[in-house]
Amino acid sequence: MAEIAPVPEKAPVIEDVRLKAPEVSLERAAKLGGVAGIVAVFVSANGMVQAFAERDIISGVLSMGYTLLFLVPLIMAYLAAREPPVLEGFEAPEKGPRNVLAGLIVGALTGLIMAIFVLVASAVDMRRVFINISPQLLELLTFGQGMGGLVFLVGGCLLTGAVGGLMQLAEGRWRRALWGALAWTLLIGLLEVIVAQLFRGLGLGFLSPLFYAGTGGLTPLGTAVVFVLAFLYYWSVVPKVDMWQRRYAHMPAERQRSVRLSLTVAAVLLVAILPQVLGPFVSEVLDLVGIFLLMGLGLNIVVGFAGLLDLGYVAFFAVGAYTTAILTSPASPRWSPEMSFWAALPFVILAAALAGIIVGTPVLRMRGDYLAIVTLGFGEIARLLLLSDWLRPVFGGAQGILKIPTLSIGPIVFRTPVDMFYPIVGFCLVAAYISWKLKNSRIGRAWMAMREDEQVAEAMGVDIVEIKLKAFIVGAVIASFGGALFATKIGSVFPHSFSLLVSITVLVLIIVGGLGNIPGVVVGTLALVGLPELLREFQEYRLLAYGVLLILMMLYRPEGLLPSKQWVRELHEEELMQDAWLKMEEDRRRAQAQAAQGDLPARPEEA
Amino acid sequence: MQRALPQQISDRFNFAAGVIWALRVIVAAIVVWGAVSTLTSGFYSASQWRDLFIFGLAQGGVYALIALGYTMVYGILGFINFAHGEVFMSGMMIGYFVADYLNEAGMWNGNPVLALLIVLVVSMLTSTGVAVLVERIAYRPLRESPRIVPLITSIGASFFIQYAFRGLFGAGVKSYPRMEALQGAITVLGVRILKVHVLVIVAVFIMMGLLYWFVEKTRMGKAIRAVAEDKEIAALMGVDIDRAIVMTFAIGGMMAGAAGLLYALVFNQVFFFSGFLPGIKAFTAAVLGGIGNIVGAMLGGIVLGIVESVGPILILSGLGIPAPHQLKDVVAFTVLVLVLIFRPKGLLGERLAEERD
Repeated sequence: MAEIAPVPEKAPVIEDVRLKAPEVSLERAAKLGGVAGIVAVFVSANGMVQAFAERDIISGVLSMGYTLLFLVPLIMAYLAAREPPVLEGFEAPEKGPRNVLAGLIVGALTGLIMAIFVLVASAVDMRRVFINISPQLLELLTFGQGMGGLVFLVGGCLLTGAVGGLMQLAEGRWRRALWGALAWTLLIGLLEVIVAQLFRGLGLGFLSPLFYAGTGGLTPLGTAVVFVLAFLYYWSVVPKVDMWQRRYAHMPAERQRSVRLSLTVAAVLLVAILPQVLGPFVSEVLDLVGIFLLMGLGLNIVVGFAGLLDLGYVAFFAVGAYTTAILTSPASPRWSPEMSFWAALPFVILAAALAGIIVGTPVLRMRGDYLAIVTLGFGEIARLLLLSDWLRPVFGGAQGILKIPTLSIGPIVFRTPVDMFYPIVGFCLVAAYISWKLKNSRIGRAWMAMREDEQVAEAMGVDIVEIKLKAFIVGAVIASFGGALFATKIGSVFPHSFSLLVSITVLVLIIVGGLGNIPGVVVGTLALVGLPELLREFQEYRLLAYGVLLILMMLYRPEGLLPSKQWVRELHEEELMQDAWLKMEEDRRRAQAQAAQGDLPARPEEA
Repeated sequence: MQRALPQQISDRFNFAAGVIWALRVIVAAIVVWGAVSTLTSGFYSASQWRDLFIFGLAQGGVYALIALGYTMVYGILGFINFAHGEVFMSGMMIGYFVADYLNEAGMWNGNPVLALLIVLVVSMLTSTGVAVLVERIAYRPLRESPRIVPLITSIGASFFIQYAFRGLFGAGVKSYPRMEALQGAITVLGVRILKVHVLVIVAVFIMMGLLYWFVEKTRMGKAIRAVAEDKEIAALMGVDIDRAIVMTFAIGGMMAGAAGLLYALVFNQVFFFSGFLPGIKAFTAAVLGGIGNIVGAMLGGIVLGIVESVGPILILSGLGIPAPHQLKDVVAFTVLVLVLIFRPKGLLGERLAEERD
């Protein structure tokens, strides 16, 4: 972030007149406690706690249901116990018992609201309306102890609230390591399928029983090991990443190249052995992740680079899938040229480009939000037409088209999910290469200019019509690759696979991952498509979570988890300045503390 | 809107304008050809057309009530409240539980007028509550953001509400109890109309009249119009902006809640996804009438309802397309696309605070 470096230099030094930092607000804690209580009641009443209770994270000790329930007060208490942002000219905040108190308030309120909920629910039968408030749920919430179990419920909320408050007391490095360890323990506990398979694939199968109880969930020993390992990783390795990056930046060019080369080789090897090690079930999931990733990369060009919000992206996916199906399947209702996948591919590209033009042309002069609705309309039109009796002789109506041949290159046939992984990754790489090339090209810059301000861009000589159409075409072609792969992987296409939910899922992926940013899309896809596919309980609540994520991301982190630098700059200019100030302040304090200890006065590092 | 020299316009939009002209001709030709060949075939009788028309009018009235929420929010905040369809659904869903309870208590058929009023009030209150909550939580903090941000938030809110309702109340389709008083038909001015349709059409006109009176004549209505015109100046004139915006969402919610009950009376069924299609169609209606324009939304809704009911049979069956009713939604979406292409300002023209890019 070279552009913010000058700020600390120029900032006025007002050593003497420093206002006291505002304290942690207990009123805010009470509000957040109320919110936490409502959220806890909501996740109980909509059946999540009960559905997740069947999967253990620590075998016999902690189920995913309880984890979900108690994560609510934990996170809310952590947020409530955080000091309000420090403004310029204020002292850095002091930490103390007040943080813990705020956490306790959150825990107490959550417990109170949950207790009231349980009491009301056991007194009045609400099952006719709220189908998930069942006796089983109440038993779960009272830990099977009758109403006496409420003590455990409230106690648990208080405890997690206090822990959340205490976490704020920990110093930054500790805090990060603790959260990291917690998150990894949860993840490893959930992902028994992958981890156990990984052990088996690597010939370490004897490790599995040490970590997993076999009935779902980690053993206590496994939990401890995972927690400690993850803690150590965040404690000792993560803080060094920054340093390594800096060291890399200072390397001579040829060393940089060799480092890059070895990293690339390592990544290629990893990807190459991944499906072999993980086995068919996980590979199936990975294939789907890859297809969604491909679409995410395509939509990222349309939405992230060019700023055109396309809600009918699934239409292009469908074009790819149906073109492939018609051209390759012997069961295609009207024409069946029975081409090979590769012979059909140019036609798929052509059809997708045409579809891109058809959708793109009418919306050329449209305002941004109208565009969203019109593309949504196109997406639905496409699905309804595929489904209709009218076009049944071509597309097969609701029965779709079957018997799409598997993919092959010469003698190599990609029959299993493990095999399919490689062509999918190949297409993803092509798409990533295309978007990376485009981003740094003349047209990429034109897209960004158009995204910022269409009129100004036009005044600067950007041909809006041309670049808008190009964005649609490139996005459509990439999505059609996804569709083509999907069709040959599944072996059949049905209109029901191409609903609006696909468009929304892809949109969520790129928004959560970070608009305009390729690694962000990869992470977003793994977390949001991969996880629910692996865990059936998640599948049920996937779209609920997507909705929450979209709202929270837009409210608190509109740039996404791994944002591109441009978007951050656009959305958070003021905050960047503020961060620079805070960092300077922290460095100053650290330097003072070290000087007081008699160490060498450390020079504030430049970011 | 850019107003460059004609020469520049013709340079820049040559291709697009050409395509749009061609499209216009093609669409007109298809519509005329389809309509003429259906009518000359004489396959459908006059009374069938009339029934379709009246059904379209009732359905369109419901669209119009929902469309008011879209158009008012667009007029005042300048973004599409994608979650408005779910506001409509929430009223319909909670209304179902009340109706079910009243039916069990014997009141649904015992005292239908009172029962309908109770369900109406509950459904309106629910929708209003949901609309105001969504504004407070999801939109208010984002008022200064680029416009794509609240749009994405509203998509998130839409899915959140749908699946929250699914989790809380179950995924099954719920059927409103049958109301005996609304079965059958009556004859109005020599035309036989289903009682439900009469009720819906009358209720819609009453609601729209009330809304029009509220927006045009009351103090709060004036405040809302002032805020839609110019937020800063309205604030300088002593209008409480937040209150006006909350009121806008509340009124939109009320109309959607009323629409929820009426829709349920016509179609009987409700489930968590019920808000999606009527929502999109109501948005189409708002655009058709000219977004931001309250009278436009009313007109647009009714026109769309009739087009959707009459159109597939009138145009598509003349073209020899089998099972035209399957393509009813396609017709609605096509209307949306065509309006936005040919007349983005809508039938009555947009009323927007300022020209927006």
